[in-house]
Amino acid sequence: MNLLSDLGFLQSAFLAGLLASIGCGVMGSYVVVKRIGYMAGGIAHSVLGGMGAALFFGFAPLGGALAAALLAALLIGLIRLRWQAQEDTLIGAVWAIGMSVGVLFIARTPGYSADLMSYLFGNILLVSGAQLWQTLTLDLLVIGLVTAFYRQFLAISFDEEFARLRGVPVTFFYLLFLCLVALSVVLLVQVVGLILVIALLTLPAAIATHHVQTLGRMMVLASLLGMAFTSAGIALSWQWDLPSGPVIILVAGVAYLASATGARWLRQRRAEAATR
Amino acid sequence: MNRPPAIEVKNLSFSYGEVPVLEGIDLTVPEGEFLGIVGPNAGGKSTLLKLLLGLLEPRQGEIRLLGQPPRKARRLMGYVPQYPAFSRDFPVTVEQVVLMGRLGTGRLVGGYGREDRRIAARVMEEAEIAPLAGRRIDRLSGGQLQRVLVARALACEPRILLLDEPTANIDMRVENELFDLLRELNERMTILVVSHDIAFISRYVHRVACLNRTLVCHRTEEIDAEAIRQLYGGEVRIVHHHHH
Repeated sequence: MNLLSDLGFLQSAFLAGLLASIGCGVMGSYVVVKRIGYMAGGIAHSVLGGMGAALFFGFAPLGGALAAALLAALLIGLIRLRWQAQEDTLIGAVWAIGMSVGVLFIARTPGYSADLMSYLFGNILLVSGAQLWQTLTLDLLVIGLVTAFYRQFLAISFDEEFARLRGVPVTFFYLLFLCLVALSVVLLVQVVGLILVIALLTLPAAIATHHVQTLGRMMVLASLLGMAFTSAGIALSWQWDLPSGPVIILVAGVAYLASATGARWLRQRRAEAATR
Repeated sequence: MNRPPAIEVKNLSFSYGEVPVLEGIDLTVPEGEFLGIVGPNAGGKSTLLKLLLGLLEPRQGEIRLLGQPPRKARRLMGYVPQYPAFSRDFPVTVEQVVLMGRLGTGRLVGGYGREDRRIAARVMEEAEIAPLAGRRIDRLSGGQLQRVLVARALACEPRILLLDEPTANIDMRVENELFDLLRELNERMTILVVSHDIAFISRYVHRVACLNRTLVCHRTEEIDAEAIRQLYGGEVRIVHHHHH
């Protein structure tokens, strides 16, 4: 315990980025292949409601963020299963209502308004030793559950109907899956803030999908890429005295563009070689 | 004791809201039959398959598969969906897709067992896709992907195989190969194939059921202009082909 709390704030920042990248590489891969970026966005933004309420009532913001993320995940999951036709409207509503609740609570909490920016855009340099332990715990939970139910998660991501026919309890695993997405969103909120979460959740995984054959390898590569982006982003923001969240996201964005262009160029080269 | 038929449907009706989709369907398929179901789009073909699989509940009537209600009989069924049901660029290999046919058996937690992998290897051999086992599915041709889906259904070790428009996305030559495979499989299981292509499937199946809200069965040799006119409402002209 002391080892982690005695770290300098810069080391803590790097470590927080590395730890968060693991959970995000894993769940981000699912988000990308299942194309539920919008759902994950809804979950991420409604986190503010929980953080605001926690501040107002005097609890730790991370607890509030976790509660709000899980609640939003279950709500969005049920919307998707019951009212498919209005899915995007309802997710948009959860998204905005969550944020509004958060902003109102924060407005009524004396002395805390300055923190709003760091919730929205992140401030990794404020990460505490206790938060590192919490991040590690959430990581282990995500990895443990994904390893235990890898078959079921793969099946419901690939072909829900077939999974149901094979007797997989699809509704249960779907909601569990969204809860894990919620956990990884919370992991990332402290690194890049809740507005930028979606980019860091999806960009490393989207790059990985250009270069690997299977979902498992995609998760490993996405985690490593996430680690590289957060570390590079923190280093650059330290160097130039810039806010860390946006710098991390820009690093990831540039890498994504380079990878997409490179992958396309390689495909064309191969196609040309094949026709020759 | 008499063995129950593979599929027994009595007086089945179904509607989406107010719109009737199926009305008074009676159908008995003995074990070992190769049955084709044809009919126009929106004639209720996919709905009938979903009812047989227990994904939808009938408004009225009864379904028995090998003597059991659909939900209980799922383990005995292999299902080959129309393949745009999932995204082609999903990062998953042929073997992983085929192994999904083993879901719902064995342990709840952890990976697939040795027996699952043995069965997957066997059915990939049978569907002639064993050399593709490690390939990602977005690098497959339409015909290869269709065989992967057949192999996945075979990995369930089914007694009844249901296929939904298996030839919708493949060319004629591959279509023939697929139906030759189905004919071999028919030696040990009942097969029901849904198609919009009456001329093609009537060369392979024993009986054709024509479905357009109601269902009429024909032995293959009885399919003529009159049957097709009944089914499609007289708007279809028969074109005579010369086969070389």
